[in-house]
Amino acid sequence: MWRDALLVAGKDLRIELRSRVALWQVLPFAVLALVLFAFALGPSPVAMRRAAPGLFWLAVLFSTVLATQRSFAVEAGEGTRDGLRLSGLDPAGIFLGKAAAVFVQLAALELVLWAGVTLLFGVRIHATWLAVIACLLATVGLSSAGVVYGALSAGLRVRETLLPLLVLPILAPVLLAGSRAWSAAIDGAVSSGVGWLRILAPFAVAYLAVGVALYGPLQEAG
Amino acid sequence: MSPALRRGIGVAALVSTAATVWLGLWVTPPSTQQGNLVRLVYLHPAIAWDALYVAFGLSAVCSLLYLWRRTRSLFWDRLAAASVEVGVVFNALTLVTGSIWGRPTWGVWWTWDARLTSTALLLVLFLGYLALRRVPAEPEVRARRCAVAALVAFVDVPIVHFSVNWWQTLHQNATVLNADLSPRIHGSMAWTLLLSFVALTLAFVWMVTVRYRIEVMRDQVGEEELEVSLAERWAEAELTGAPPVPAPGPSPEAEVSPAVPAGERAGSGR
Repeated sequence: MWRDALLVAGKDLRIELRSRVALWQVLPFAVLALVLFAFALGPSPVAMRRAAPGLFWLAVLFSTVLATQRSFAVEAGEGTRDGLRLSGLDPAGIFLGKAAAVFVQLAALELVLWAGVTLLFGVRIHATWLAVIACLLATVGLSSAGVVYGALSAGLRVRETLLPLLVLPILAPVLLAGSRAWSAAIDGAVSSGVGWLRILAPFAVAYLAVGVALYGPLQEAG
Repeated sequence: MSPALRRGIGVAALVSTAATVWLGLWVTPPSTQQGNLVRLVYLHPAIAWDALYVAFGLSAVCSLLYLWRRTRSLFWDRLAAASVEVGVVFNALTLVTGSIWGRPTWGVWWTWDARLTSTALLLVLFLGYLALRRVPAEPEVRARRCAVAALVAFVDVPIVHFSVNWWQTLHQNATVLNADLSPRIHGSMAWTLLLSFVALTLAFVWMVTVRYRIEVMRDQVGEEELEVSLAERWAEAELTGAPPVPAPGPSPEAEVSPAVPAGERAGSGR
């Protein structure tokens, strides 16, 4: 399973490295979202700093939709999905591999967005480790839930409109807990921040488990 | 389910609902604190119970049973779909009745309270399920896809519940199902409340059975239409005198794919 996961993750990341769609489309989109949020809020630095954690996570959430769509678009070509199904790779391994590839891309994107909120919104984070752990846990959850739904809507003619409707409500707890944890990290309120990690961790574990268990039937259904 | 039983459930639902209306509007007294507003208690909690626990719990169990190989049958898929569809209606009604209650008591139509927020999220989650169901596919493929979607959504429910709960809470605690199971309201009001749960659950069950039957009939109509159009094509081919190639099989299968080749064959025979 782990070897299969590595293979699939390597394949997805190699495609991303060569096509640079994530770099030149998803990443600029996320930064653009931050700038647009700033326009929506008005130029007051106080308002921006208060809203920054939520905006950061919203940008991450929207990028998750794009990244998972992309992760399955690369397999939309003639017979690629069938090929992957026939390859004899463990479905759980395929799931873990795809989720890992999305995880790496989202983690890189979060680094850039972190720099973005620091520079554009003047946010200074006091408990850096808390923000980092929140990011890691949330990103595991986002990428695994995203890949589950990506597989669910892969190959459907309406996938572009269906995927956001399916996946964004599911990801709502991540948005909530992630931005609360980040607020706590900015204020240095460690204890309340740690409380929110207790939402992010079960979410990540739950969707990893769901993906590992259900990816087989999901692939067949596609 | 036999038609008689279904009709029986329908009549029982109608009678018990009528009794709830009568008891709720005329027999029970107004509350000292909330006045006549309290009569919403005979509607709102029962609807919420059906939507949030019965409907979505049932759909999760059915989806699980569908995915499990040994119990796999389209019966579970149709039941899950019926229950989600009725559940979505009840869920929307929960929000509407809650909103009507909230305006005079809390002063606002909507508030970002934990239960309201998670109920609204649940509605969106299962609207997604219905949207997925509308995507055309073969019954087995669609059934598997929807079963997975329902289960994945169901996993989210407790997480949504806890996260939103920590976020904010304003809604009053559960009145009937509190820990010691002793209802905190009395006499005729308690009985009416209990009856409203029975009435609306019966109504829910009745709607699900009807919805299930529609689902079955829709599949049947699909198959029969296919057979009728197949027969028409064969008749057309015979009329023009050219025997269709290859010779007609004894029974056209109820698959979707043969429909097109059959039509083409008839066309080429002309």
